[in-house]
Amino acid sequence: MATQTIIESPSIAIRRKSFSETYIGEWITSTDHKQLGIMYLVTGFFFFLVGGMEALLIRTQLAVPNGHVLTPQEYNQVFTMHGTTMIFLFVIPVLAGFGNYVVPLMIGARDMAFPRMNAFGYWVLFFGGIFLQSSFLFNSAPNGGWFMYAPLSEPLRNCGGLHAYTCTDGMNSDFWLLGTLLLGISSIAGSVNFVVTILKLRAPGMSINRMPLFTWMILVQAFLLLFALPSLTAASVLLLLDRHAGTHFYVAQAGGDPLLWQHLFWSFGHPEVYILILPAFGIISEVLPVFSRKPIFGYTFIAWSGVAIGFLSFTVWAHHMFAVGLPPIAQAFFATSTTLIAIPTAVKIFNWIGTIWGGKIVFKAPMYFALGFIAMFLIGGLNGAALAVVPFDYQMTDSYFVVAHIHYVLFGGTALGIFSGIYYWFPKMTGKYLSEGLAQWHFWLMILGVNLTFFPMHILGLFGMPRRYYTYAGTVGWNELNLLATVGAFILAISVLIFMYNIIVSLKSGQKSGSDPWDAFTLEWDTTSPPKKYNFLEIPVVRSRRPFYDKKNPEIADWKTVTH
Amino acid sequence: MRNSLFRNPKPWLMLFTGVLFAFFLVACGDETPAQYGPHTILNTAGPVAESERFLFYVILIIASIIFVLVEGVLIVSIVRFRSKPGTPNPYQNHGNLRVEVLWTVIPALILFIVLGVTINGLFQVSYPPQGQKSINVTAIGHQWWWEFYYPDYNITTADSLHAPVGTIVNVKLYSNNVIHSFWIPALTGKTDDIPGHNNTKWFKADRTGVFYGECAEFCGAQHAHMAFNAVIDNQDDFSTWVTTQQQASVVPAQDSLAAQGSKLFVGICATCHGIVGKGNGYMSGYQDPSVACADPNVACKVGPNLTHFANRNLIAGGVLTHDHSKCTDPNNLSQCNLAKWLANPQGIKPGNDMVLGADLKPDQIKELVAYLESLN
Repeated sequence: MATQTIIESPSIAIRRKSFSETYIGEWITSTDHKQLGIMYLVTGFFFFLVGGMEALLIRTQLAVPNGHVLTPQEYNQVFTMHGTTMIFLFVIPVLAGFGNYVVPLMIGARDMAFPRMNAFGYWVLFFGGIFLQSSFLFNSAPNGGWFMYAPLSEPLRNCGGLHAYTCTDGMNSDFWLLGTLLLGISSIAGSVNFVVTILKLRAPGMSINRMPLFTWMILVQAFLLLFALPSLTAASVLLLLDRHAGTHFYVAQAGGDPLLWQHLFWSFGHPEVYILILPAFGIISEVLPVFSRKPIFGYTFIAWSGVAIGFLSFTVWAHHMFAVGLPPIAQAFFATSTTLIAIPTAVKIFNWIGTIWGGKIVFKAPMYFALGFIAMFLIGGLNGAALAVVPFDYQMTDSYFVVAHIHYVLFGGTALGIFSGIYYWFPKMTGKYLSEGLAQWHFWLMILGVNLTFFPMHILGLFGMPRRYYTYAGTVGWNELNLLATVGAFILAISVLIFMYNIIVSLKSGQKSGSDPWDAFTLEWDTTSPPKKYNFLEIPVVRSRRPFYDKKNPEIADWKTVTH
Repeated sequence: MRNSLFRNPKPWLMLFTGVLFAFFLVACGDETPAQYGPHTILNTAGPVAESERFLFYVILIIASIIFVLVEGVLIVSIVRFRSKPGTPNPYQNHGNLRVEVLWTVIPALILFIVLGVTINGLFQVSYPPQGQKSINVTAIGHQWWWEFYYPDYNITTADSLHAPVGTIVNVKLYSNNVIHSFWIPALTGKTDDIPGHNNTKWFKADRTGVFYGECAEFCGAQHAHMAFNAVIDNQDDFSTWVTTQQQASVVPAQDSLAAQGSKLFVGICATCHGIVGKGNGYMSGYQDPSVACADPNVACKVGPNLTHFANRNLIAGGVLTHDHSKCTDPNNLSQCNLAKWLANPQGIKPGNDMVLGADLKPDQIKELVAYLESLN
């Protein structure tokens, strides 16, 4: 036997999959920024629906005078949770979701700097959100308004509690305080991760002033979160001590001051609203150039105005407090700082229009929402500037005029920006397009809904309707406008249902999109759809602000024509 | 026309513009018709509100111009630069420093002009003009009703703030519980009522009339039912009102229905409601609530003072109006809001402090109504 071929049949050792190799297990144990991004997005959208139901309850109660849909105690829980859920459990997580998914891809990295802390941040959000919502099970949902002014948020003994129904006894405020503390931890973890990732993990050649504007805005937002959340934490800890340890920080009768809460809260609360809008500005700044087939107009101005807004946002907080009796000179200071912060915001709008001007506009779903964003955010900016006119604010603060303002900037602004981002990046995440036809229905119904719901609120404010009223008499002239707003709210609900249907149908059988459905300019499109786990086979070298455009158009590449 | 916007008019665009325009028209009406409600800030009756309304019109005009211009450019650029088959790749314009500086500086200038007008208006409404006749009122925010104390006349009342026309009213704002906010849209913007703070504000009414006020800072379950009104009389009527208020309460005729009501009042109501009068259960005189209510151990009354209730036009923080003429026939109280209130305060204003041990019987209600309606 000269040669004996030994044929060894390979022995296949069959073992059980470990938990992290199962489908569910992979998601639960994931530290991959793309999976965590999707988890943030899905979780955030679920809470959007919760907050939306609360909004519909409010609008149903207010549709007619002397409504009986909700008792005043129920109404106070519903409107408080509407604001709290939408801000902390919808907008923040969804923007974190986009940041997580897109930023490492945009800067040519393989993942975030701290993948495990990333997962930690997500799960704290998840359990924090469940904790906050569980308050309903105890009939003790937070009921002091989403900014929880003291001494209403103090226990009975701390607010002149001689009689039966003063203040908020029970656990309501505690759910809010502990819940937002948990969510704050999640945001801080995420923000540290973004700052380090963006500052340290950019691809070679991508200097700070070559990175995409969405990345810029996430960076500024992360710094804002890091510097603003401590104010909220301090304010909340002091209130928890008042409630449970016998202190009197906010109790006037014992030498404390209710205004301390307001100053501390709004020192967080004002930067918070820029936290809610800046990434949406970033999404728009990505979508508009791609769908106008030209670069963003004035990259430097937009980036710097984001930074300016970040700094200035810490100087304006008392414009939420014009009616509390601050000395006039202090009010004049805050009116000035508020005027200053309006300037970079206005500049951005002009730059976006400058991007469209002279372009070749492609009307696809992301572009519709981006254009709608500009149109609606302008209104929110104008009525915000109106509120900065202090004597006018004396009439309009705490009225429905403010409710109109906040919803134009948050729904007409941030939410439209979020939907633009979803239609834009869905093909990258799933490899499929969302249906254009359904997107059209979604868009037009949403624009109609936003205006029908929130424009009448300007007028309701001018007609003297205060915020947070659970009902109103039929003889004071508010009936028709409230009914109009309720109709608009239900139109919004229908548009959201259409969107959800679009997602489901497109996940199942959407048209295949390929890796670059929009002929876009930035690095996240230079990957498969969805991207491989390692993102890029080779880390790209970047020579301009539009590295993927350069790769596809080497003769007219940006680095050949522009110096930056 | 050359502009392609007019070549293919878009019906949806015109409809949208039309709807938006209609809203503007509604908001712009200077003579606000009565059906637009008594709480509007646009029907002013005094210099503070007028100054604030003037600023609103300034902003409205500037904002409308900016809105039309910017939305207009947006719509024009969408229509003009839409992609058509055969459109070449556009010029890759990265920016234009001169244009960007211009559109930073020009809005900044406009905003600073508005700021100048703002600060001027702010100081104008902060301090009352000197050398004019004035009265002083302390407005106390309770949960959930307003109390008014006049330190110069030593009288306390609730729900209605009386003041003479053409006179400066200096209001001191006081609360011993949570934050409230004092707002009379036709006369003045709001100022918060904060425990521990001595906020003051002023207003003046240039004509007589009744002007509606409301609480404008979320203060708990019945924040929506904490209205009040400013009753502006001419000087003579106001002096008469003050003199009447300064009298002790009317003593009902012996053995009348009202007399039985007064006994019931002492037994059931006097713990929470003060009436100035002789005998047990009555107050010897009015209290200054900002003093009485500062100390939780002192008898600061939980409910409104009722010494001269019969002439008031609001009940229980404005949740019901009060028409004295509907409550004078004890056998027909079906239209009497006071009777409705006494029959079911928790049903009308759920969560308020008026919790009776047991529901009042109809006879008791008749007697109490007779008594309270006798308190001129």
